Amino acid sequence: MSVDLATVKRVAHLARIAVNEEDANRMMGELNAILGFVEQLSEVDVSGVEPMTSVTPMAMKKREDVVNDGDKAEDIVANAPNSDRNFFLVPKVVE
Amino acid sequence: MTIVDVRTPDPKRFIPGATGDWEVIVGMEVHAQVLSNAKLFSGASTEFGKPANANVSLVDAAMPGMLPVINEECVRQAVRTGLGLKAQINKRSVFDRKNYFYPDLPQGYQISQFKDPVVGEGKIVISLGPDRQGNFEDIEIGIERLHLEQDAGKSMHDQHPTMSYVDLNRSGVALMEIVSKPDMRSSDEAKAYMTKLRAIVRYLGTCDGNMDEGSMRADVNVSVRRPGEAFGTRCEIKNMNSIRFIGQAIEYEARRQIAILEDGGKIDQETRLFDPNKGETRSMRSKEDAHDYRYFPDPDLLPLEFDDAFVEALKHDLPELPDDKKARYVSELGLSIYDASVLVSEKAIADYFEAVASGRDGKAAANWVINDLLGALNKAGKSIEETPVSPGQLGAILDLIKSEVISGKIAKDLFEIVFSEGGDPAEIVEARGMKQVTDTGAIEKAVDDIIAANPDQVAKVKAKPTLAGWFVGQVMKSTGGKANPQAVQALVKAKLGLED
Repeated sequence: MSVDLATVKRVAHLARIAVNEEDANRMMGELNAILGFVEQLSEVDVSGVEPMTSVTPMAMKKREDVVNDGDKAEDIVANAPNSDRNFFLVPKVVE
Repeated sequence: MTIVDVRTPDPKRFIPGATGDWEVIVGMEVHAQVLSNAKLFSGASTEFGKPANANVSLVDAAMPGMLPVINEECVRQAVRTGLGLKAQINKRSVFDRKNYFYPDLPQGYQISQFKDPVVGEGKIVISLGPDRQGNFEDIEIGIERLHLEQDAGKSMHDQHPTMSYVDLNRSGVALMEIVSKPDMRSSDEAKAYMTKLRAIVRYLGTCDGNMDEGSMRADVNVSVRRPGEAFGTRCEIKNMNSIRFIGQAIEYEARRQIAILEDGGKIDQETRLFDPNKGETRSMRSKEDAHDYRYFPDPDLLPLEFDDAFVEALKHDLPELPDDKKARYVSELGLSIYDASVLVSEKAIADYFEAVASGRDGKAAANWVINDLLGALNKAGKSIEETPVSPGQLGAILDLIKSEVISGKIAKDLFEIVFSEGGDPAEIVEARGMKQVTDTGAIEKAVDDIIAANPDQVAKVKAKPTLAGWFVGQVMKSTGGKANPQAVQALVKAKLGLED
């Protein structure tokens, strides 16, 4: 598997990362090198092997249905570039 | 995924076009907000209507380094709902990241379930009718899956000329996405499905079902085809929050698609919005990219696993659901299917009815709840939750009839008084002299008076015995409706020398 320049640009756009033509070309090479390396793994026969989700057999941690957080609206918006009455303000987005 | 058509085309549901009949195909994705105190992955409150960002933890705001920890009650709610949908419960499911950018989604991804949902295939039985013959048609609608996911925050665009306001209170609240199979074949079926699904989650207590608060929203997939042919291209109508609008949107959308196809055009698969003011659907401004959510398993979360005992315990505590209740009302209380359907349509109505019927005659209780209470509520524009007559008060009225303290006719007046003024029915009857006259002497006198005052009618009654009813009516009138009707009837017949 390999990626072309259009795919690199598309992936960058989906991730909202700005790349210029020169960077995109360089990254295409880097990504293809990584993909080529990963491709070697497909030489291993893993039929019948369950995908491993964790290196240790752990159960997922769960919480009780208790409200023990929140009520800190000022802290939540403290680092926002722009806010008003504890709302985040962002450049207008209308669907 | 291969889609199996489980329905047989039914001409009754066809939509006539200019060039022949068409069939509409509907499937739905319903987002139901899980009833829980805290959010799906944080300890912030889910309470509706709090000040901006008051119900937000650092997890919900996606601050760096914050890790999600699942709320076990949300899992229980999803499994309960799955059991209520007679669905396959998956003891192992996986949370995935669904990646997209929007200001009300601070993580840049929604934690959802993609490949391995917590609940698999199930079904809902909807009931259409009654038709003119009074028959109901039961139809099974398949459920494809139910999965857990996070809700997004809320953006407001009308507060400022150039800025949008973002409130993350809803961000991270647990949602159940319930996906149906494309098994519906009319707008009525779609409305019945949504109504039934809402009733089920309300019975289960897993979602409050308040569509106007956004607790339940539906994306409706609509396509049309010639009866019996393969499925056509579908359009998705987003974010419907009213059952009535769902019906209108499907009707409009089906006709729009038929018009295009009959003109030789083709349907573009797209997302549309319903405009309730115009009664139309319109295309949403298309996004630059087609959706590419790049799902992958969330590395912050291990697979969700539970055992049979977990499921069995929830199954054991499941409340009686509407279908079972309906069957029980018919078989045990002898109610008609129609009456039973009305009573189970909403949990609040069923609860009310059962409180009234407890220790009393089920049929009488059903008649009063359906005809008098629901009728009066409907006229007053009130819901069952807003009833001014409590089950205790209505029960007391039934008791007064049963013990023959008041007649059935006076009971209607009494009900109206309790409905508009409130108060203890027995005390009202006492204070306003509404007691039924069972004193034979008093009734006898009233009968004698009527007979004496109407010699013409007395002369006619020999030839026409049905006139006895007229005498009964006159006596009831002269006693202000308080005489016991059976006693009056017997006395009238005896005094006029008529056979029983």
